[in-house]
Amino acid sequence: MSFFEAKAITKKFGGLTAVSNLSFTVEQGEIFGVIGPNGSGKTTVFNMISRFFPLTSGEIYFKGKRIDTLPAHDICKIGIGRTFQVVKPLRRMTVIENVMAGAFLRTGSISKARHKAEEIIEFCNLGKYTDREAKGLPIPLRKRLEIARALATEPELLLLDETCAGLNPKESEAAIALIRRIRDTGVTIIIIEHIMKVMMGISDRILAINFGKEIAMGKPQEVANTPEVIKAYLGDAYA
Amino acid sequence: MNMLNKKFLLTIAFIILAVLIPVVIKAPYQLHILILIIIWAIIGTSWNLLGGYAGQVSFGHAAFFGLGAYSAGLLTLHCALSPWWGILLGPLVAALAALPIGMICFRLRGPYFALAMLALGEIFRLVFLNLTDFTNGAKGILIMPAITNKMFYYYTGLGMLALTLLATYLIVNSKIGYYLVSIREDQDAATSLGIPTTLYKNLALLPSAFFTGLAGAFYMNYVAFIDPNIVFNLTNVSVMVILVVMLGGVATTWGPTIGAAIYIFLGEYFRTTLGSANVLIFGILVCLIIMFLPNGIAGELDLLKRLTQRKKASLSGGV
Repeated sequence: MSFFEAKAITKKFGGLTAVSNLSFTVEQGEIFGVIGPNGSGKTTVFNMISRFFPLTSGEIYFKGKRIDTLPAHDICKIGIGRTFQVVKPLRRMTVIENVMAGAFLRTGSISKARHKAEEIIEFCNLGKYTDREAKGLPIPLRKRLEIARALATEPELLLLDETCAGLNPKESEAAIALIRRIRDTGVTIIIIEHIMKVMMGISDRILAINFGKEIAMGKPQEVANTPEVIKAYLGDAYA
Repeated sequence: MNMLNKKFLLTIAFIILAVLIPVVIKAPYQLHILILIIIWAIIGTSWNLLGGYAGQVSFGHAAFFGLGAYSAGLLTLHCALSPWWGILLGPLVAALAALPIGMICFRLRGPYFALAMLALGEIFRLVFLNLTDFTNGAKGILIMPAITNKMFYYYTGLGMLALTLLATYLIVNSKIGYYLVSIREDQDAATSLGIPTTLYKNLALLPSAFFTGLAGAFYMNYVAFIDPNIVFNLTNVSVMVILVVMLGGVATTWGPTIGAAIYIFLGEYFRTTLGSANVLIFGILVCLIIMFLPNGIAGELDLLKRLTQRKKASLSGGV
Protein backbone atom coordinates (compact mmCIF):
# COMPACT_ATOMS: atom_id res chain seq x y z
CA MET A 1 0.00 0.00 0.00
CA SER A 2 1.37 3.37 -0.97
CA PHE A 3 1.46 6.39 1.29
CA PHE A 4 -0.51 8.37 -1.25
CA GLU A 5 -2.19 7.13 -4.37
CA ALA A 6 -4.23 8.77 -7.12
CA LYS A 7 -6.14 6.23 -9.22
CA ALA A 8 -7.27 7.29 -12.68
CA ILE A 9 -8.39 10.74 -11.54
CA THR A 10 -10.27 12.81 -14.10
CA LYS A 11 -11.61 16.34 -13.99
CA LYS A 12 -13.86 17.77 -16.67
CA PHE A 13 -15.03 21.38 -16.81
CA GLY A 14 -17.97 21.12 -19.16
CA GLY A 15 -16.47 19.94 -22.46
CA LEU A 16 -12.88 20.57 -21.40
CA THR A 17 -10.97 17.71 -19.82
CA ALA A 18 -8.42 19.40 -17.55
CA VAL A 19 -7.04 16.19 -16.02
CA SER A 20 -7.54 12.91 -17.76
CA ASN A 21 -7.15 9.46 -16.27
CA LEU A 22 -4.06 10.34 -14.27
CA SER A 23 -2.56 7.81 -11.86
CA PHE A 24 0.46 8.12 -9.61
CA THR A 25 1.73 7.06 -6.20
CA VAL A 26 3.88 8.91 -3.70
CA GLU A 27 5.99 7.13 -1.08
CA GLN A 28 6.50 8.39 2.46
CA GLY A 29 9.42 10.79 2.83
CA GLU A 30 9.97 11.58 -0.84
CA ILE A 31 9.76 14.84 -2.71
CA PHE A 32 7.53 14.18 -5.68
CA GLY A 33 7.61 16.77 -8.45
CA VAL A 34 4.85 17.56 -10.92
CA ILE A 35 5.88 19.48 -14.03
CA GLY A 36 4.17 20.54 -17.20
CA PRO A 37 3.64 23.59 -19.41
CA ASN A 38 1.09 26.30 -18.62
CA GLY A 39 -2.45 25.01 -18.47
CA SER A 40 -1.41 21.35 -18.39
CA GLY A 41 -3.52 20.68 -15.28
CA LYS A 42 -0.98 20.76 -12.44
CA THR A 43 -2.91 23.05 -10.12
CA THR A 44 -6.13 21.22 -10.97
CA VAL A 45 -4.52 18.05 -9.62
CA PHE A 46 -3.84 19.86 -6.33
CA ASN A 47 -7.35 21.23 -6.21
CA MET A 48 -8.64 17.71 -6.68
CA ILE A 49 -6.46 16.29 -3.90
CA SER A 50 -7.42 19.08 -1.49
CA ARG A 51 -11.06 18.70 -2.48
CA PHE A 52 -11.50 22.26 -3.73
CA PHE A 53 -12.85 20.60 -6.88
CA PRO A 54 -14.93 17.43 -6.84
CA LEU A 55 -13.55 14.65 -9.02
CA THR A 56 -15.38 13.77 -12.21
CA SER A 57 -14.11 10.22 -11.79
CA GLY A 58 -11.29 8.34 -10.10
CA GLU A 59 -10.21 7.68 -6.54
CA ILE A 60 -7.63 9.15 -4.17
CA TYR A 61 -6.13 7.25 -1.23
CA PHE A 62 -4.06 8.60 1.64
CA LYS A 63 -2.49 6.12 4.06
CA GLY A 64 -4.85 3.48 2.75
CA LYS A 65 -7.99 5.52 3.31
CA ARG A 66 -10.12 6.88 0.52
CA ILE A 67 -10.20 10.68 0.78
CA ASP A 68 -11.94 11.94 -2.35
CA THR A 69 -15.30 11.81 -0.58
CA LEU A 70 -14.28 13.97 2.39
CA PRO A 71 -15.26 17.65 2.67
CA ALA A 72 -12.45 20.13 1.89
CA HIS A 73 -11.75 21.17 5.47
CA ASP A 74 -11.25 17.55 6.58
CA ILE A 75 -8.38 17.05 4.14
CA CYS A 76 -6.20 19.24 6.31
CA LYS A 77 -7.35 17.45 9.45
CA ILE A 78 -6.18 14.05 8.18
CA GLY A 79 -2.74 15.48 7.46
CA ILE A 80 -2.59 16.98 3.98
CA GLY A 81 -1.57 20.65 3.93
CA ARG A 82 -1.39 22.87 0.87
CA THR A 83 -0.17 26.23 -0.33
CA PHE A 84 -1.64 28.30 -3.14
CA GLN A 85 0.08 29.33 -6.36
CA VAL A 86 -1.54 32.75 -6.08
CA VAL A 87 -0.74 33.32 -2.42
CA LYS A 88 -3.67 33.84 -0.10
CA PRO A 89 -2.34 35.55 3.02
CA LEU A 90 -4.85 36.50 5.71
CA ARG A 91 -4.11 40.10 4.87
CA ARG A 92 -5.14 42.08 7.90
CA MET A 93 -3.69 39.58 10.34
CA THR A 94 -0.09 39.63 11.50
CA VAL A 95 2.38 36.93 10.49
CA ILE A 96 2.05 35.16 13.82
CA GLU A 97 -1.76 35.33 13.69
CA ASN A 98 -1.66 33.78 10.22
CA VAL A 99 0.40 30.88 11.48
CA MET A 100 -1.70 30.57 14.64
CA ALA A 101 -4.79 30.20 12.46
CA GLY A 102 -3.12 27.06 11.13
CA ALA A 103 -1.93 25.85 14.53
CA PHE A 104 -5.46 25.97 15.98
CA LEU A 105 -6.28 22.85 13.98
CA ARG A 106 -4.47 20.73 16.57
CA THR A 107 -5.12 22.75 19.73
CA GLY A 108 -7.80 24.94 21.25
CA SER A 109 -5.45 26.87 23.51
CA ILE A 110 -4.26 30.32 22.49
CA SER A 111 -0.94 30.07 24.32
CA LYS A 112 -0.18 26.66 22.81
CA ALA A 113 -1.05 27.89 19.32
CA ARG A 114 1.15 30.95 19.83
CA HIS A 115 4.04 28.85 21.05
CA LYS A 116 3.74 26.50 18.10
CA ALA A 117 3.48 29.43 15.68
CA GLU A 118 6.63 31.00 17.10
CA GLU A 119 8.56 27.77 16.55
CA ILE A 120 7.40 27.47 12.96
CA ILE A 121 8.09 31.13 12.24
CA GLU A 122 11.66 30.60 13.43
CA PHE A 123 11.93 27.42 11.34
CA CYS A 124 10.87 29.38 8.25
CA ASN A 125 13.16 32.33 9.02
CA LEU A 126 10.28 34.75 9.40
CA GLY A 127 11.27 35.75 12.94
CA LYS A 128 11.94 39.36 11.99
CA TYR A 129 8.40 39.81 10.70
CA THR A 130 6.40 38.14 13.49
CA ASP A 131 4.20 41.15 14.22
CA ARG A 132 3.98 42.57 10.71
CA GLU A 133 0.63 42.55 8.94
CA ALA A 134 0.61 40.02 6.11
CA LYS A 135 -0.60 42.56 3.53
CA GLY A 136 2.63 44.53 3.92
CA LEU A 137 4.93 41.61 3.11
CA PRO A 138 6.75 41.31 -0.24
CA ILE A 139 6.05 38.25 -2.40
CA PRO A 140 8.98 36.03 -1.29
CA LEU A 141 7.97 36.44 2.34
CA ARG A 142 4.31 35.86 1.53
CA LYS A 143 5.25 32.58 -0.14
CA ARG A 144 7.19 31.59 2.95
CA LEU A 145 4.28 32.62 5.17
CA GLU A 146 2.05 30.40 3.06
CA ILE A 147 4.33 27.44 3.81
CA ALA A 148 4.59 28.35 7.50
CA ARG A 149 0.82 28.47 7.82
CA ALA A 150 0.43 25.08 6.18
CA LEU A 151 3.18 23.60 8.38
CA ALA A 152 1.35 24.79 11.48
CA THR A 153 -1.43 22.31 10.72
CA GLU A 154 1.16 19.51 11.19
CA PRO A 155 0.78 17.92 7.76
CA GLU A 156 2.26 14.54 6.88
CA LEU A 157 1.89 15.36 3.20
CA LEU A 158 2.48 18.90 1.98
CA LEU A 159 1.31 20.14 -1.43
CA LEU A 160 3.45 23.06 -2.59
CA ASP A 161 2.11 24.97 -5.59
CA GLU A 162 4.81 26.97 -7.41
CA THR A 163 6.68 28.06 -4.33
CA CYS A 164 9.56 29.44 -6.39
CA ALA A 165 7.59 31.19 -9.14
CA GLY A 166 8.31 34.89 -9.26
CA LEU A 167 11.35 34.63 -7.03
CA ASN A 168 14.85 35.70 -8.07
CA PRO A 169 17.58 33.01 -8.05
CA LYS A 170 18.79 33.85 -4.57
CA GLU A 171 15.28 33.82 -3.11
CA SER A 172 14.41 30.59 -4.82
CA GLU A 173 17.59 28.99 -3.45
CA ALA A 174 16.40 29.95 0.04
CA ALA A 175 12.99 28.46 -0.76
CA ILE A 176 14.57 25.20 -1.94
CA ALA A 177 16.66 25.02 1.23
CA LEU A 178 13.47 25.46 3.25
CA ILE A 179 11.71 22.69 1.31
CA ARG A 180 14.64 20.33 2.00
CA ARG A 181 14.52 21.22 5.69
CA ILE A 182 10.81 20.44 5.75
CA ARG A 183 11.45 17.05 4.13
CA ASP A 184 14.15 16.34 6.71
CA THR A 185 11.54 16.70 9.46
CA GLY A 186 9.73 13.74 7.91
CA VAL A 187 7.09 15.50 5.82
CA THR A 188 6.34 14.04 2.42
CA ILE A 189 6.10 16.68 -0.29
CA ILE A 190 4.37 16.95 -3.64
CA ILE A 191 5.62 20.03 -5.41
CA ILE A 192 4.46 21.74 -8.58
CA GLU A 193 7.06 23.85 -10.25
CA HIS A 194 7.71 25.48 -13.57
CA ILE A 195 11.39 26.03 -13.22
CA MET A 196 13.12 22.85 -14.40
CA LYS A 197 16.35 23.68 -12.60
CA VAL A 198 14.53 23.75 -9.28
CA MET A 199 12.75 20.50 -9.95
CA MET A 200 15.80 18.61 -11.18
CA GLY A 201 17.62 19.57 -8.00
CA ILE A 202 15.16 18.58 -5.31
CA SER A 203 12.75 15.99 -6.66
CA ASP A 204 13.22 12.30 -5.98
CA ARG A 205 10.78 11.47 -8.76
CA ILE A 206 8.98 13.62 -11.31
CA LEU A 207 5.65 13.29 -13.06
CA ALA A 208 5.38 15.29 -16.27
CA ILE A 209 1.93 16.07 -17.61
CA ASN A 210 0.60 17.87 -20.65
CA PHE A 211 -3.04 18.46 -21.57
CA GLY A 212 -3.95 16.68 -18.33
CA LYS A 213 -2.26 13.42 -19.35
CA GLU A 214 0.89 11.77 -18.10
CA ILE A 215 3.75 12.12 -20.59
CA ALA A 216 6.61 10.86 -18.44
CA MET A 217 7.35 9.65 -14.93
CA GLY A 218 10.54 8.64 -13.16
CA LYS A 219 13.89 9.93 -11.96
CA PRO A 220 14.47 13.62 -12.83
CA GLN A 221 17.17 12.86 -15.40
CA GLU A 222 15.06 10.23 -17.17
CA VAL A 223 12.09 12.56 -17.36
CA ALA A 224 14.19 15.43 -18.67
CA ASN A 225 15.48 13.22 -21.49
CA THR A 226 12.07 11.96 -22.55
CA PRO A 227 11.31 13.24 -26.06
CA GLU A 228 7.69 13.92 -25.07
CA VAL A 229 8.80 16.29 -22.32
CA ILE A 230 11.28 18.11 -24.53
CA LYS A 231 8.57 18.44 -27.16
CA ALA A 232 6.12 19.87 -24.64
CA TYR A 233 8.58 22.43 -23.38
CA LEU A 234 10.62 23.34 -26.45
CA GLY A 235 8.55 22.27 -29.46
CA ASP A 236 8.74 19.41 -31.98
CA ALA A 237 12.01 20.56 -33.57
CA TYR A 238 14.07 19.75 -30.47
CA ALA A 239 12.75 16.32 -29.66
CA MET B 1 1.21 43.05 30.37
CA ASN B 2 1.37 46.81 30.61
CA MET B 3 -1.04 47.24 27.74
CA LEU B 4 -3.41 44.68 29.22
CA ASN B 5 -3.40 46.60 32.48
CA LYS B 6 -4.17 49.82 30.69
CA LYS B 7 -7.04 48.22 28.79
CA PHE B 8 -8.37 46.75 32.02
CA LEU B 9 -8.22 50.11 33.81
CA LEU B 10 -9.97 51.82 30.90
CA THR B 11 -12.75 49.24 31.03
CA ILE B 12 -13.15 49.72 34.78
CA ALA B 13 -13.22 53.50 34.29
CA PHE B 14 -15.87 53.12 31.62
CA ILE B 15 -18.03 50.91 33.83
CA ILE B 16 -17.79 53.35 36.74
CA LEU B 17 -18.65 56.24 34.42
CA ALA B 18 -21.63 54.39 32.96
CA VAL B 19 -22.91 53.44 36.40
CA LEU B 20 -22.53 56.98 37.75
CA ILE B 21 -24.02 58.88 34.78
CA PRO B 22 -27.61 58.84 36.15
CA VAL B 23 -26.35 60.55 39.32
CA VAL B 24 -25.61 63.62 37.20
CA ILE B 25 -28.14 63.20 34.42
CA LYS B 26 -31.64 62.83 35.81
CA ALA B 27 -33.88 64.44 33.21
CA PRO B 28 -36.12 61.80 31.57
CA TYR B 29 -35.31 63.00 28.05
CA GLN B 30 -31.58 62.70 28.54
CA LEU B 31 -31.96 59.32 30.16
CA HIS B 32 -34.09 58.30 27.20
CA ILE B 33 -31.24 59.19 24.85
CA LEU B 34 -28.83 57.14 26.96
CA ILE B 35 -31.17 54.14 26.89
CA LEU B 36 -31.45 54.38 23.10
CA ILE B 37 -27.66 54.48 22.90
CA ILE B 38 -27.50 51.31 24.99
CA ILE B 39 -30.01 49.52 22.77
CA TRP B 40 -28.06 50.45 19.66
CA ALA B 41 -24.78 49.53 21.28
CA ILE B 42 -26.16 46.04 21.93
CA ILE B 43 -27.38 45.62 18.35
CA GLY B 44 -24.14 47.07 16.99
CA THR B 45 -21.95 44.81 19.11
CA SER B 46 -23.97 41.77 18.01
CA TRP B 47 -23.83 42.76 14.34
CA ASN B 48 -20.10 43.36 14.66
CA LEU B 49 -19.46 39.75 15.66
CA LEU B 50 -20.90 38.49 12.37
CA GLY B 51 -20.28 41.45 10.07
CA GLY B 52 -17.08 42.83 11.54
CA TYR B 53 -15.10 39.83 12.74
CA ALA B 54 -16.44 37.08 10.50
CA GLY B 55 -16.87 39.48 7.57
CA GLN B 56 -20.39 38.28 6.77
CA VAL B 57 -22.12 41.60 6.18
CA SER B 58 -25.78 41.24 7.10
CA PHE B 59 -28.35 43.71 5.78
CA GLY B 60 -31.09 41.90 7.63
CA HIS B 61 -30.45 42.19 11.34
CA ALA B 62 -33.87 43.80 11.70
CA ALA B 63 -35.20 40.24 11.39
CA PHE B 64 -33.61 39.25 14.70
CA PHE B 65 -34.41 42.55 16.36
CA GLY B 66 -38.04 42.28 15.33
CA LEU B 67 -38.30 38.63 16.35
CA GLY B 68 -37.01 39.55 19.80
CA ALA B 69 -39.44 42.43 20.11
CA TYR B 70 -42.41 40.42 18.86
CA SER B 71 -41.59 37.48 21.12
CA ALA B 72 -42.06 39.79 24.07
CA GLY B 73 -45.07 41.55 22.56
CA LEU B 74 -46.94 38.42 21.47
CA LEU B 75 -46.34 36.79 24.83
CA THR B 76 -48.27 39.61 26.43
CA LEU B 77 -50.89 39.80 23.71
CA HIS B 78 -51.76 36.10 23.60
CA CYS B 79 -50.70 34.67 26.92
CA ALA B 80 -51.21 37.71 29.12
CA LEU B 81 -47.75 37.16 30.52
CA SER B 82 -45.47 39.99 31.55
CA PRO B 83 -43.41 41.16 28.56
CA TRP B 84 -40.36 40.75 30.75
CA TRP B 85 -40.56 37.03 30.02
CA GLY B 86 -39.77 38.12 26.51
CA ILE B 87 -36.29 39.05 27.69
CA LEU B 88 -35.73 35.31 28.08
CA LEU B 89 -37.82 34.16 25.12
CA GLY B 90 -36.83 36.83 22.56
CA PRO B 91 -33.16 35.99 22.26
CA LEU B 92 -33.93 32.27 22.08
CA VAL B 93 -36.48 32.74 19.31
CA ALA B 94 -34.05 34.94 17.37
CA ALA B 95 -31.24 32.40 17.74
CA LEU B 96 -33.53 29.52 16.81
CA ALA B 97 -34.64 31.37 13.67
CA ALA B 98 -30.98 32.05 12.88
CA LEU B 99 -30.26 28.31 12.56
CA PRO B 100 -32.14 27.63 9.30
CA ILE B 101 -31.32 31.15 8.08
CA GLY B 102 -27.61 30.44 8.47
CA MET B 103 -27.89 27.06 6.80
CA ILE B 104 -29.50 28.65 3.76
CA CYS B 105 -27.75 32.02 3.49
CA PHE B 106 -24.21 30.83 4.20
CA ARG B 107 -24.30 28.95 0.93
CA LEU B 108 -23.78 32.41 -0.53
CA ARG B 109 -20.70 34.57 -0.30
CA GLY B 110 -20.03 38.31 -0.05
CA PRO B 111 -22.62 40.58 -1.68
CA TYR B 112 -24.95 37.66 -2.38
CA PHE B 113 -25.09 36.84 1.31
CA ALA B 114 -25.77 40.51 2.10
CA LEU B 115 -28.65 40.58 -0.39
CA ALA B 116 -30.14 37.33 0.87
CA MET B 117 -30.15 38.73 4.38
CA LEU B 118 -31.71 41.96 3.16
CA ALA B 119 -34.51 40.00 1.53
CA LEU B 120 -34.92 37.98 4.70
CA GLY B 121 -35.49 41.05 6.85
CA GLU B 122 -38.13 42.24 4.41
CA ILE B 123 -39.81 38.82 4.36
CA PHE B 124 -40.20 38.94 8.13
CA ARG B 125 -41.59 42.48 7.98
CA LEU B 126 -44.19 41.52 5.38
CA VAL B 127 -45.15 38.31 7.16
CA PHE B 128 -45.67 40.10 10.47
CA LEU B 129 -47.53 42.88 8.71
CA ASN B 130 -49.97 40.49 7.04
CA LEU B 131 -50.51 37.82 9.68
CA THR B 132 -52.98 40.19 11.26
CA ASP B 133 -54.78 37.57 13.38
CA PHE B 134 -51.61 36.58 15.10
CA THR B 135 -49.59 39.81 15.17
CA ASN B 136 -52.19 42.59 15.00
CA GLY B 137 -50.59 43.59 11.70
CA ALA B 138 -49.92 47.27 11.15
CA LYS B 139 -51.91 48.16 14.24
CA GLY B 140 -48.98 46.91 16.23
CA ILE B 141 -48.82 45.83 19.83
CA LEU B 142 -49.26 48.27 22.69
CA ILE B 143 -48.51 47.19 26.22
CA MET B 144 -48.94 48.96 29.53
CA PRO B 145 -45.50 48.97 31.09
CA ALA B 146 -45.47 48.06 34.77
CA ILE B 147 -42.36 50.11 35.36
CA THR B 148 -42.00 53.66 34.08
CA ASN B 149 -38.92 54.73 35.99
CA LYS B 150 -36.25 55.43 33.34
CA MET B 151 -33.43 54.81 35.79
CA PHE B 152 -34.54 51.17 35.99
CA TYR B 153 -34.40 50.77 32.21
CA TYR B 154 -31.04 52.45 32.08
CA TYR B 155 -29.45 49.99 34.50
CA THR B 156 -31.18 46.93 33.05
CA GLY B 157 -30.00 47.93 29.59
CA LEU B 158 -26.53 48.61 30.85
CA GLY B 159 -26.36 45.12 32.33
CA MET B 160 -27.43 43.61 29.01
CA LEU B 161 -24.85 45.65 27.14
CA ALA B 162 -22.16 44.50 29.57
CA LEU B 163 -23.23 40.89 28.99
CA THR B 164 -23.15 41.35 25.21
CA LEU B 165 -19.73 42.99 25.29
CA LEU B 166 -18.34 40.31 27.57
CA ALA B 167 -19.71 37.45 25.44
CA THR B 168 -18.37 39.01 22.24
CA TYR B 169 -15.01 39.69 23.85
CA LEU B 170 -14.69 36.09 25.03
CA ILE B 171 -15.65 34.70 21.62
CA VAL B 172 -13.33 37.01 19.71
CA ASN B 173 -10.37 36.29 21.95
CA SER B 174 -10.64 32.53 21.60
CA LYS B 175 -9.85 30.07 18.85
CA ILE B 176 -13.27 30.85 17.38
CA GLY B 177 -12.29 34.51 17.02
CA TYR B 178 -9.12 33.66 15.11
CA TYR B 179 -11.10 31.35 12.85
CA LEU B 180 -13.77 33.99 12.18
CA VAL B 181 -11.18 36.59 11.18
CA SER B 182 -9.41 34.00 8.99
CA ILE B 183 -12.68 33.31 7.20
CA ARG B 184 -13.19 37.05 6.68
CA GLU B 185 -9.70 37.50 5.26
CA ASP B 186 -9.76 34.56 2.86
CA GLN B 187 -12.32 31.79 2.88
CA ASP B 188 -10.33 29.45 0.64
CA ALA B 189 -7.19 29.86 2.71
CA ALA B 190 -9.29 29.18 5.80
CA THR B 191 -10.65 25.98 4.26
CA SER B 192 -7.12 24.88 3.38
CA LEU B 193 -6.21 25.27 7.06
CA GLY B 194 -8.93 22.81 8.00
CA ILE B 195 -11.48 25.39 9.14
CA PRO B 196 -15.09 24.24 8.54
CA THR B 197 -16.17 27.68 7.34
CA THR B 198 -19.94 27.18 7.35
CA LEU B 199 -19.90 25.84 10.90
CA TYR B 200 -17.90 28.79 12.18
CA LYS B 201 -20.03 31.33 10.35
CA ASN B 202 -22.99 29.82 12.15
CA LEU B 203 -21.09 30.05 15.41
CA ALA B 204 -20.87 33.81 14.78
CA LEU B 205 -24.47 34.16 13.59
CA LEU B 206 -26.09 32.44 16.58
CA PRO B 207 -24.78 34.74 19.35
CA SER B 208 -25.21 37.70 17.00
CA ALA B 209 -28.90 36.88 16.51
CA PHE B 210 -29.29 36.02 20.21
CA PHE B 211 -28.14 39.38 21.49
CA THR B 212 -29.93 41.32 18.74
CA GLY B 213 -33.09 39.51 19.86
CA LEU B 214 -32.31 40.52 23.43
CA ALA B 215 -32.14 44.16 22.36
CA GLY B 216 -35.45 43.73 20.55
CA ALA B 217 -37.20 42.27 23.59
CA PHE B 218 -35.80 45.04 25.76
CA TYR B 219 -37.01 47.61 23.23
CA MET B 220 -40.56 46.21 23.44
CA ASN B 221 -40.49 46.53 27.22
CA TYR B 222 -39.05 50.01 27.16
CA VAL B 223 -40.95 51.70 24.32
CA ALA B 224 -44.12 49.67 24.98
CA PHE B 225 -45.29 49.93 21.38
CA ILE B 226 -44.12 48.05 18.29
CA ASP B 227 -45.38 47.46 14.81
CA PRO B 228 -43.70 45.57 11.94
CA ASN B 229 -42.67 48.77 10.18
CA ILE B 230 -40.75 49.90 13.23
CA VAL B 231 -38.92 46.81 14.39
CA PHE B 232 -38.40 45.08 11.02
CA ASN B 233 -37.41 48.33 9.35
CA LEU B 234 -34.75 48.07 6.67
CA THR B 235 -33.33 51.58 6.89
CA ASN B 236 -33.94 52.38 10.52
CA VAL B 237 -32.69 49.07 11.89
CA SER B 238 -30.78 46.91 9.39
CA VAL B 239 -28.88 49.69 7.65
CA MET B 240 -28.60 51.87 10.70
CA VAL B 241 -26.78 49.20 12.65
CA ILE B 242 -24.21 48.97 9.86
CA LEU B 243 -23.68 52.74 10.00
CA VAL B 244 -23.36 52.62 13.77
CA VAL B 245 -20.64 49.98 13.57
CA MET B 246 -18.81 51.64 10.67
CA LEU B 247 -18.81 54.92 12.53
CA GLY B 248 -17.42 53.41 15.70
CA GLY B 249 -15.03 50.92 14.17
CA VAL B 250 -15.62 47.58 12.48
CA ALA B 251 -14.12 44.57 14.29
CA THR B 252 -13.21 46.48 17.43
CA THR B 253 -14.49 45.74 20.94
CA TRP B 254 -15.71 49.23 21.81
CA GLY B 255 -16.37 50.50 18.29
CA PRO B 256 -20.11 49.74 18.15
CA THR B 257 -20.70 51.32 21.57
CA ILE B 258 -18.78 54.46 20.61
CA GLY B 259 -20.56 54.51 17.25
CA ALA B 260 -23.98 54.17 18.88
CA ALA B 261 -23.23 57.00 21.30
CA ILE B 262 -22.11 59.38 18.57
CA TYR B 263 -24.79 58.35 16.11
CA ILE B 264 -27.73 58.70 18.49
CA PHE B 265 -26.39 61.84 20.11
CA LEU B 266 -25.71 63.64 16.83
CA GLY B 267 -28.98 62.41 15.33
CA GLU B 268 -30.95 63.84 18.26
CA TYR B 269 -28.92 67.03 18.30
CA PHE B 270 -29.52 67.73 14.63
CA ARG B 271 -33.17 66.82 14.94
CA THR B 272 -33.71 69.42 17.66
CA THR B 273 -31.57 72.18 16.15
CA LEU B 274 -31.84 71.89 12.39
CA GLY B 275 -35.52 71.15 11.92
CA SER B 276 -36.36 69.42 8.69
CA ALA B 277 -32.81 69.74 7.29
CA ASN B 278 -31.51 67.38 9.96
CA VAL B 279 -31.47 64.20 7.88
CA LEU B 280 -29.57 65.93 5.08
CA ILE B 281 -26.89 67.38 7.33
CA PHE B 282 -26.66 64.14 9.25
CA GLY B 283 -26.22 62.17 6.02
CA ILE B 284 -23.44 64.45 4.84
CA LEU B 285 -21.69 64.11 8.17
CA VAL B 286 -21.88 60.31 8.01
CA CYS B 287 -20.39 60.42 4.49
CA LEU B 288 -17.53 62.63 5.69
CA ILE B 289 -16.75 60.38 8.63
CA ILE B 290 -16.73 57.27 6.45
CA MET B 291 -14.48 59.03 3.90
CA PHE B 292 -11.96 60.42 6.36
CA LEU B 293 -12.12 57.83 9.12
CA PRO B 294 -12.58 54.63 7.07
CA ASN B 295 -11.69 52.45 10.05
CA GLY B 296 -14.20 54.14 12.33
CA ILE B 297 -13.30 56.04 15.44
CA ALA B 298 -12.09 53.11 17.54
CA GLY B 299 -10.32 51.66 14.49
CA GLU B 300 -8.38 54.86 13.78
CA LEU B 301 -7.35 55.11 17.42
CA ASP B 302 -6.05 51.55 17.29
CA LEU B 303 -4.12 52.29 14.13
CA LEU B 304 -2.60 55.41 15.67
CA LYS B 305 -1.53 53.43 18.71
CA ARG B 306 0.07 50.71 16.61
CA LEU B 307 1.92 53.24 14.47
CA THR B 308 3.40 55.01 17.46
CA GLN B 309 4.35 51.69 18.96
CA ARG B 310 6.17 50.63 15.83
CA LYS B 311 8.03 53.93 15.81
CA LYS B 312 9.11 53.31 19.37
CA ALA B 313 10.20 49.80 18.47
CA SER B 314 12.29 50.98 15.54
CA LEU B 315 13.86 53.71 17.67
CA SER B 316 14.94 51.17 20.23
CA GLY B 317 16.66 49.24 17.45
CA GLY B 318 13.85 46.77 16.74
CA VAL B 319 12.57 46.06 13.22
